[in-house]
Amino acid sequence: MKEIRIHGRGGQGSVTAAELLAVAAFEDGKYSQAFPAFGVERRGAPVMAFVRLSEKPIRLRSQIYEPDYVIVQDATLVDVVNVAAGAKPDGIILINTEKKAESFRLETKAAVKTLDATKLAMDFIGKPIVNTTLIGAFAGVSGLINPESIKNAVMERFPGKVGEKNAAAIQAAFDLMEAQR
Amino acid sequence: MRKRMVVVEGSYAVAHAVKVCKPNVISAYPITPQTHIVEDLSQFAADGEMNCEYMNVESEFSAISALIGASAAGARTYSSTTSQGLALMHEALFNASGMRLPIIMTVVNRALSAPINIWNDQQDSISQRDTGWIQLYAEDVQESADMVPQLYKIAEDPDVLLPAMACMDGFILSHVYEPVILLEQSITDEFLPGYSPEFALDPRNPMSFGAFADPSTYTEFRYKQEKAMGSALNKIEEVARDFKDNYGRYHGGLIDDYALDDAEIVIMAMGSVIGTIKDTIDILRSEGESVGLLKVRAFRPFPAEAIRAALKNAKVVVTIDKNISVGKNEGALCTEVKACLHNTDLRVPVIGFMIGHGGRDIPMSTIKKIFNKAKLVEKGIFVESEFGDLREDLA
Repeated sequence: MKEIRIHGRGGQGSVTAAELLAVAAFEDGKYSQAFPAFGVERRGAPVMAFVRLSEKPIRLRSQIYEPDYVIVQDATLVDVVNVAAGAKPDGIILINTEKKAESFRLETKAAVKTLDATKLAMDFIGKPIVNTTLIGAFAGVSGLINPESIKNAVMERFPGKVGEKNAAAIQAAFDLMEAQR
Repeated sequence: MRKRMVVVEGSYAVAHAVKVCKPNVISAYPITPQTHIVEDLSQFAADGEMNCEYMNVESEFSAISALIGASAAGARTYSSTTSQGLALMHEALFNASGMRLPIIMTVVNRALSAPINIWNDQQDSISQRDTGWIQLYAEDVQESADMVPQLYKIAEDPDVLLPAMACMDGFILSHVYEPVILLEQSITDEFLPGYSPEFALDPRNPMSFGAFADPSTYTEFRYKQEKAMGSALNKIEEVARDFKDNYGRYHGGLIDDYALDDAEIVIMAMGSVIGTIKDTIDILRSEGESVGLLKVRAFRPFPAEAIRAALKNAKVVVTIDKNISVGKNEGALCTEVKACLHNTDLRVPVIGFMIGHGGRDIPMSTIKKIFNKAKLVEKGIFVESEFGDLREDLA
């Protein structure tokens, strides 16, 4: 089983990202589970969402404490929340930032990777909404999910032009991160 | 089976299950916290996907009152509520049961205030234990959905005619996205025929429901309610088997078990914590521990006989409760299990642990900690029932 924790701010679509990952992974032949860290959501406040992916049906219902992957939608969260908490030593922490990974001094053995998802989202979608771009990047970093499945899940949720623009951002982020794998 | 699955939110899966059961009247109050169940149902109704009267009323008390009227008039009825909303229905819940109306309600289990808390525990439905409603508790999203047609079939049976709650853990099941099979209309039509009660309000044939019963008859009404709950014991098992024949899925009848047959330590629980317990048992078993699970699906009627039979080889019984009877230092399952073992030959210690209150997360480490306490009991060390996941800095 692989466990993913997504950090974001209220309004950034962290929960939607988790749901889309679950839908895409299931289409890929895996079992999946996605849920928010239930809270009293407020725009801008730190939020978390969780995803589990497994070859077998998933029964575990606890929150995720030792993630294999961490996705950080907003680099300013690094100063507010311990985004590296419990990350597995062979895990990956993926941060949306224009900065280099070395500039983040996280207390973790997990690998830190960065990409400027905001720029990609502006280029392809025209809005700084980075959740779909980041799950494309996650697919590239992890090799766990086929980018086509992610694009299908996104286009089903957001039909038409919006979905197509998101799909282009997903593919670009995937290509960028897959090349570094 | 995988081919028929889709990844949807728990609330949507339940709303869809309600839709295919074709209720005539749905009544709900959209308080915060409500769930997407009634939101999705109101959407279905507005889109013309359901031939149903959807009533958006001004309180939970009105929601249940409207359904009492509709059900007495012979309608198939549904509502969903949670925590304070269920508490506000309390008075009318007795009416629904006393009038023998098979209203089905999904209770999305959440904590009660004060302090204000919107998260999951089961204090809300447990507090309605004595209202005369059937209560089943679901382990996962699929079971939460499958319970809806099951409960209609149980509740509408002429030998039962009692209202029923399908209890699903708030957030943990209502807000999770996971693969489920959405209930098929064609199978449901076959499994669950329309509701046509022998007695219903009808201007052409006037009669009263819930009218005056003085001391000469009131006791017999109560007695018959209890007899109906007795019939429900059999009906719950029968309908679970029927459901399996029709849909190919089985979640247990009154109870279900996991790694139970040779288990010396038996963990008993209700609701979504079951999955986490199963994963923990797999780990403990791989370490050579003799531990199993007894899942309690039916809390009302309470399956005393089935539980006694399932516990016949147990050396220690552990109950897990997401509720507390304050002043008893026990949750309801603990009290009930102890009581059902009394006056029998089965002499087995029962230790209760109250965990997961107000949304406190239940990781496998909590279950392991509880198991280790149970091992002390096995060695003859007495352990009181207790809160199993207190913060050490606040305790």
